[in-house]
Amino acid sequence: MEPISLQATGGARRRLRINRLAEIGAVLAALVAVAALSILVGSVLVRAIPALSWDFFTKGPAVFGESGGGIAPALVGTAMLVLIATAMALPIGVLIALYVSEFARPRISEQIKLWLDVLNGFPSIVIGIFVFALAVKTKVPIIGIGHHQSVYAGGFALAIIMLPLVSRTTMEVLALVPNHLREASYALGVSKWRTVVSVILPTAIGGIVTGTTLAVARAAGETAPLLFTCLIAGQLVSWDPSQSSASIPVTIFLDSEAPDRHLNQQAWAAAFVLIAFVLVTSLFARLMLDRSRRRLTQS
Amino acid sequence: MDGGGKLAPVETAAVPPNVLRRTRHVADRVGDMALYGLTGLAALSAMLIIAAIIYKVADGAWPAIHHFGIGFIWDGTWNPVIGREAYGARNFILGTLVTSFCAMLIAAPLSIAIGLFLSELAPNAIRGPIGSLVEMLAAVPSVVVGLWGILVLGPYMRVHVEPFLGHHFGWIPIFSGDAQQSGVLVTIVVLTIMTIPITSSICRELFSGVPKELKEAAVGLGATRWEMVRDVVVYDVRGGVVAGVILGLGRALGEAIAVTQVIGNSLGPFHLSLFDTGNTLASQIAASYQGAATNLQVSALVYLALILLVITFTANLIAQRIVHRFELQRTGAS
Repeated sequence: MEPISLQATGGARRRLRINRLAEIGAVLAALVAVAALSILVGSVLVRAIPALSWDFFTKGPAVFGESGGGIAPALVGTAMLVLIATAMALPIGVLIALYVSEFARPRISEQIKLWLDVLNGFPSIVIGIFVFALAVKTKVPIIGIGHHQSVYAGGFALAIIMLPLVSRTTMEVLALVPNHLREASYALGVSKWRTVVSVILPTAIGGIVTGTTLAVARAAGETAPLLFTCLIAGQLVSWDPSQSSASIPVTIFLDSEAPDRHLNQQAWAAAFVLIAFVLVTSLFARLMLDRSRRRLTQS
Repeated sequence: MDGGGKLAPVETAAVPPNVLRRTRHVADRVGDMALYGLTGLAALSAMLIIAAIIYKVADGAWPAIHHFGIGFIWDGTWNPVIGREAYGARNFILGTLVTSFCAMLIAAPLSIAIGLFLSELAPNAIRGPIGSLVEMLAAVPSVVVGLWGILVLGPYMRVHVEPFLGHHFGWIPIFSGDAQQSGVLVTIVVLTIMTIPITSSICRELFSGVPKELKEAAVGLGATRWEMVRDVVVYDVRGGVVAGVILGLGRALGEAIAVTQVIGNSLGPFHLSLFDTGNTLASQIAASYQGAATNLQVSALVYLALILLVITFTANLIAQRIVHRFELQRTGAS
């Protein structure tokens, strides 16, 4: 008797072939994404290393035509920008998240979430124009911020970009805080604000920190909002936030368009610094977020 | 435990809530009110910022709207010479739409495939690492992608890719003309790289949320993995996939920095050839940041920003409304 064959024939064979093709296609697509990242990071790394030196981190940009020089003013500028942006976005972002998770009715919190996501999708250049019209070009100077570009103005623009990120991540973590913790606190007669301060926030602190870190990583690399608000830069390190300052993304942008090999190389080195900071912080934050998510959903 | 001893349990149960309220500490009542007020104010301020952005941009564009009217949108001139100033947005709108749609034409299928790979196909051991790598691609700042685009991708396209395309497909108008270092094709590739992580991470979340029972039922009925994916997984969340693609599109439409670096910022009419230089709404704004000499020109640039805002706002609102129905775990990747 002829043994029964397990080999697919006819239509079944065609279906299996198509299945195989689809699987290969999906694997290839994933490879494309990974390749894009590797090529990007690899290109930056290869071109940045020759330009990296101690001077690069401690000196200002070189005089036109000379080699050497560094990005110290830009490092200071970006640090100030991110600090100011975080100081504005973090408290407001956390307060919005508390309102949504502890006070608002479901329909209202749905709307707030929706509009925060819409704000997150606003082109960053439009936010730059908004801050330009509000704080830079305004006829009413607000405590030294008016009339000219400044780190304050740039920081404010970055804060608008950070706000939806901080508050959406915080909301996500607050929603994971187990309800029995809240109920236990209320059952002990503790008031709502005490519960928030001493039970809910400490439980969610990990998530808030990671959300902020992710937002910082995003803000540190934003260039478009700074074009109108914090572009003009001196050659020296400036610690005055009411003046405009250099920043790493703007330095990369300007140096990348310059028809000068030396400046191009400076741009690569600055890109390396930026990419290293952004990738390390965002990777760290994502790992932390996964951990606190797991911890909260387990308990 | 000590505090509880002061109240007899039976009495507490009998006391009506409003009496309880009167006995609460003043600090608690003030604290609750203050927290409610403070958080509500913060939420209100976020909504006000959105309104203020729209108002301020419309306000800044007003002189140009008044001067050029609605015809600005389809006027193809951009002449900043003082005394003969004339501005129109047509070339920039065309450039924005062409580059973004072409980028999504490449990015959408790739992103869906990546989402499927990560949710259905990949073994658990590599699922996490590859997922993180795709998310890291989202974290690369646009100015760095642009830097790579102008100094690495652009020359490569000019020397290798564009002559090849021109030689074999030159009879198609979009692949005709001279190879150039910066242009529409380079922009499309850069935008593709930037939108893939957004769309693919949404797709991945959507596909992971499809109930296991549905998938098992399909496989149990004899479907191959591909048939299960096509007829059950993707079909079940098709609305969300469309929304994810629109969100990627929104990012491409609004990208200013990377596009300015690679597109060449031409002020002439938008050409049919993808090798040619072009311009988009966002890149024109970014490229003119310091050159704007007259108030009218500044206002015309803000008019461009207003058009950009209207386009991205509409796309985003539609997409987010769809995505919100699926209640994804979002970490702000998009």
